[in-house]
Amino acid sequence: MYRTQRSLLSRFLPLALLAATFVLSGCGAPTEGGGTGTAQTNAALKVGIVFDTGGLGDKSFNDSAWRGVQRAEKELGVGVTKVESTKESDYPTNLRALADQGANVVVAVGINMRVAVEQVAPDYPDVKFVSIDGEPLAKPNVRTIQFKEEEGSFLVGYLAGLMTKTNKIGFVGGMELPLIKKFQYGYAAGAKRANPNVVLLPPKYTQGWDNQDTARVAANLLFGQGADVVYHAAGRAGLGVIAAAKEKGKFAIGVDSDQDDIAPGTVLTSMIKRVDEGVFLTIRDVKDGKWSPGAVVYDLKAGGVGTSDFRHTREMIGDLNVERIDRVRQQIVEGKLQVPSDEASFAAFK
Amino acid sequence: MNLALASLITLSVPLVLAALGGLTSERAGVMNIGLEGKLLAAACATAVVAVQSGNAVLGLLAGVAAAVVLSLTHAVLTQSFRLDHIISGMALNALALGGTNVVAKAVIDQERSLEGAYLPVGFYWAAAAVAVVAVAVYLARVRGGQWLLAVGNDPDKSRQMGLDPVRVRYGALVATGVLCGLGGALIASNAGSFTDGMTAGRGFIALAALILGGWRPLPTLLACLVFGGVEAAQLQLQGTPVFGAQLPSEFWGALPYLATLVAMVGLLGKTKAPAGLGRA
Repeated sequence: MYRTQRSLLSRFLPLALLAATFVLSGCGAPTEGGGTGTAQTNAALKVGIVFDTGGLGDKSFNDSAWRGVQRAEKELGVGVTKVESTKESDYPTNLRALADQGANVVVAVGINMRVAVEQVAPDYPDVKFVSIDGEPLAKPNVRTIQFKEEEGSFLVGYLAGLMTKTNKIGFVGGMELPLIKKFQYGYAAGAKRANPNVVLLPPKYTQGWDNQDTARVAANLLFGQGADVVYHAAGRAGLGVIAAAKEKGKFAIGVDSDQDDIAPGTVLTSMIKRVDEGVFLTIRDVKDGKWSPGAVVYDLKAGGVGTSDFRHTREMIGDLNVERIDRVRQQIVEGKLQVPSDEASFAAFK
Repeated sequence: MNLALASLITLSVPLVLAALGGLTSERAGVMNIGLEGKLLAAACATAVVAVQSGNAVLGLLAGVAAAVVLSLTHAVLTQSFRLDHIISGMALNALALGGTNVVAKAVIDQERSLEGAYLPVGFYWAAAAVAVVAVAVYLARVRGGQWLLAVGNDPDKSRQMGLDPVRVRYGALVATGVLCGLGGALIASNAGSFTDGMTAGRGFIALAALILGGWRPLPTLLACLVFGGVEAAQLQLQGTPVFGAQLPSEFWGALPYLATLVAMVGLLGKTKAPAGLGRA
């Protein structure tokens, strides 16, 4: 008798543990977000958002997309439902869950959800899917938001070129993808424009987005080779670049969101990707009946990318240099300056 | 400090602490694939307390406590409830992944992430060096260590000798928790923050090092240094032209895995797992 009870209990325990895990990580259980009065009106547009495994609170991509949705809730009165994903295999399930619950627009955050959107979208022809980053999908109900990361990267690279004393700058990327190359070549081109003597040291890739120690070692190797500014496009791992710069008294450049406050004075500036702006404008398009599938590109001109406001580093940079940056910004906005985004266009860049 | 040496130490020491934690567990006969979860829980607890209390020692203690709690849970599940060791390890890893995600989101503000109080990483490096010697000496020379090995080799025989395998294993798993706790606290301290999944699979690499080291302290240390060293070397080598051509960074990134494969094949059949591993 005692044995039976024991084995029952031991069978139950792992289940209980797993259940606790799912509850804790909020897997697949959509929760009502926001909670303002507008969310409940039946006539309102219903917007669902699926976060990637980075999740809310990443101070980057997911948070930025969420800000865009929240702004749409406040200003456009749309209803909002959000779902977080514990693992990549949850993406299709979570997208379907929102579509099944009657969302009119489903926002899928991040390039890693692109395949899931491709799978799910054809099953819900009346639902509009919004995919962020990557090549556009040939589906009539999917819009892909793209950013000209190279234009924002050009500006921070230009600043790096003005600030470097060693004429050597570095770059740490998460993975050697075409998307990350846009950051790299825009940055290199900007530095070259500021000072033709500046060289970008061979970039380091951490082969992942999580390991801060790897990114830290990579940054230290670049500092060791003489770089005094290192720009990262390595997601959360990139915080290791900022930590290394802080320790060594060098400059780091943040990415995606405004990372200037993480280490004031060490983070020279951040290349900000306004995912919030892209998401908000897309929801507004749906509301105004201006929805179109395919790619919509947010560039410097549209405010989709840009730099931080240098609030901790303005004195070091100096007013003259800030003016120079503004002049270059103006040239890009007016289309007088074409920014390279890959190896071939960088080689052609004078 | 010499840059190459600093890179090697930065990338190896978390592995050393985690692998030693795995060693005390597995030599006592408890399979432990949950090193990753313990590292993650410890890193999270350390960062949360470091930011909240501003006290570096409290942060370390919180990290160690978190890993010990997880480790003891593994002991309760596998020893008192005779649950499969792999299932328990997987469940606890999943729990740590989800739990730290929730806690970190609720408590930590990344904007202040580099402002918490952490012990200098040199402390952890010294602790790892001491731990290697301590574990090696304890297993080889101290009676408690002999008991631990006896229980791991053959729980039935050790019972006949008058030992209580369950009790010995509880003790061994506390040591596992302390060692993994130090490893996780180091990871958070070096970063000066906690971010989701920041252990990045290092608990599993430590497990590979443990197997490669034949479940013995000094060879395991060596295996960790090889893994850390190859990782540091590949970062250094990225961007180096080979016969005039630039190789993709993924080629260099694959080196640590290639090294693991070569080492495993080279040692095939030469290492032996503790005979009582996974047995009640």
